[in-house]
Amino acid sequence: MARTVPTGTKLGWTIAAWVVALLIFFPILYTIVTSFKSETEAIAGFNLVPSGTLESYREVQSQYNYFKPFMNSVIIAVGSTILALLVAIPAAWSMAFSPTRRTRDILMWMLSTKMMPAVAVLVPMYLIFRDWGLLDSRIGLTVMLMLINLPIVVWMLYTYFREIPGEILEAARMDGATLWGEIVYVLTPMAVPGIASTLLLNIILAWNEAFWTIRLTTTNAAPLTAFIVSFSSPQGLFWAKLSAASTLAIAPILVLGWFSQKQLVRGLTFGAVK
Amino acid sequence: MGNITLRQVSKSFGAATIIPNIDLTIEDGEFVVFVGPSGCGKSTLLRLIAGLEDVSGGTISIDGRDVTSEAPARRKLAMVFQSYALYPHMTVAKNIAFPLKMAGENRETIDLKVREAARVLNLTDYLDRRPGQLSGGQRQRVAIGRAIVRQPTAFLFDEPLSNLDAALRGTMRLEISELHHQLKTTMIYVTHDQIEAMTMADKIVVLNAGRVEQVGSPMELYRSPQNLFVAGFIGSPRMNLVEGEAAGKHGVHTIGIRPEHLTLSTSEGAWKATVGVAEHLGSDTFLHVQAEGVGPLTVRADGEFAVRHGDTIYLSPISSKVHRFDQNGKAI
Repeated sequence: MARTVPTGTKLGWTIAAWVVALLIFFPILYTIVTSFKSETEAIAGFNLVPSGTLESYREVQSQYNYFKPFMNSVIIAVGSTILALLVAIPAAWSMAFSPTRRTRDILMWMLSTKMMPAVAVLVPMYLIFRDWGLLDSRIGLTVMLMLINLPIVVWMLYTYFREIPGEILEAARMDGATLWGEIVYVLTPMAVPGIASTLLLNIILAWNEAFWTIRLTTTNAAPLTAFIVSFSSPQGLFWAKLSAASTLAIAPILVLGWFSQKQLVRGLTFGAVK
Repeated sequence: MGNITLRQVSKSFGAATIIPNIDLTIEDGEFVVFVGPSGCGKSTLLRLIAGLEDVSGGTISIDGRDVTSEAPARRKLAMVFQSYALYPHMTVAKNIAFPLKMAGENRETIDLKVREAARVLNLTDYLDRRPGQLSGGQRQRVAIGRAIVRQPTAFLFDEPLSNLDAALRGTMRLEISELHHQLKTTMIYVTHDQIEAMTMADKIVVLNAGRVEQVGSPMELYRSPQNLFVAGFIGSPRMNLVEGEAAGKHGVHTIGIRPEHLTLSTSEGAWKATVGVAEHLGSDTFLHVQAEGVGPLTVRADGEFAVRHGDTIYLSPISSKVHRFDQNGKAI
């Protein structure tokens, strides 16, 4: 029998959910609101209704061509994600379907690398990038972000693959599929929801990564994170301009997230209910 | 051709030995059933033949060729799994076509063979559907279709009917037997259901704890079980096994009498018994009785036999049908 919830309780929970959601969303909302204010309005104090001027956007575009960091962000985020998937799919496959006694340790070790603060390896990484001529290069940054997000990608894919019955892969083996055929024709299509959500999440993570992208780039490979930072330092703080730059930087990923939210939720809860 | 020979095949997982040492020969075109209780190693044995598990020792050869270390696909065997193991993202046609595609066949040949398999298995109307849109029986037929298009040396079935309901199991049992008559290809079939074993097999291999207890035709096993395990496992309802004084009269440790080999009377007989549960099936009546000085027995009577709980009846074993076993459980 279905549980009946009193209307009052339902209403209470709905209001609470909205309050929490708005609290989380508020910084983004206020950034967007501020981007439509003039600098005078922006520093005047709390105000949720902007004058609607596009002045900040015009200035941002005139000082710095938005298109270049945007393309850098796209290349770095998408490139690192594809690279990560190419490495992680076979890795997760082997751990999910041919586990050894050490598999759990390897998984934990991979995850443990995420527990280390990035700044701990800043100097060695910087020196490696400098010596290998990778500073301010898109290739260097793509590889770097791939490596940073690889543990999460492997973990997510491993979880999805574990949900696929091993008998289906054995059937493919009996049917004459090579290892490659098994991955390409059977495993990957079956894990599409999981792979898609891993892909989306990784793009979002890579798009928003700010520590390395800011420190390892100057102009050529600078993505949108560096683009935002460039508005915060030289001439003091210009809230409206900074907000306009931030809005421009987060807009693409916000749109992508909005359109793919169904897929994301489906992927993240994949296998929870059979 | 489809001769399969196992010589001294063993399998261990770590310290646990699942299959000690098995020698077995399966002739071309035979329908062989591996039967035994859960955990007896019958599925493991099938997987060793398939190549899905590596043997720990011994050799497996198919048509005289040693395939012990060959990959599953190279053994030219086809397998039908308990869970059907269909590819959920492919249509029925693509599922059936998959092994042909992997073998690099051209599109026309694939199309022709898929249509032929679909015709044989009554799947023509379902070729564009996905496995999720099919019933259990239809899914099982797709799995069989996927197996037959490759024209394998032998078919391996791993408890293929255990996920189906009783009525469908009966139908599919007939269909698989019919298919064997049509194709005349070697089939190895694993089941824990001795009725499937009895009705389908040319040869039954009874397994227990990884050991082969007896190999023979269904009627050989029924008539002359070599030991207590086979005696108790083959036949439905189970053979009555009696120890003590009643067995002593036959000069042995244990005697076995099948429920259908006890004559029933309401007035006289060797053993006096009280009826417990009476199962009236119409065609047969199964009586679960408590016989004085003998113990609980199951008796089969032809047709309807009007007795009720608590009634007294008399039983006499047909002496020519009494099986005798020594104290080690071996048939005498």
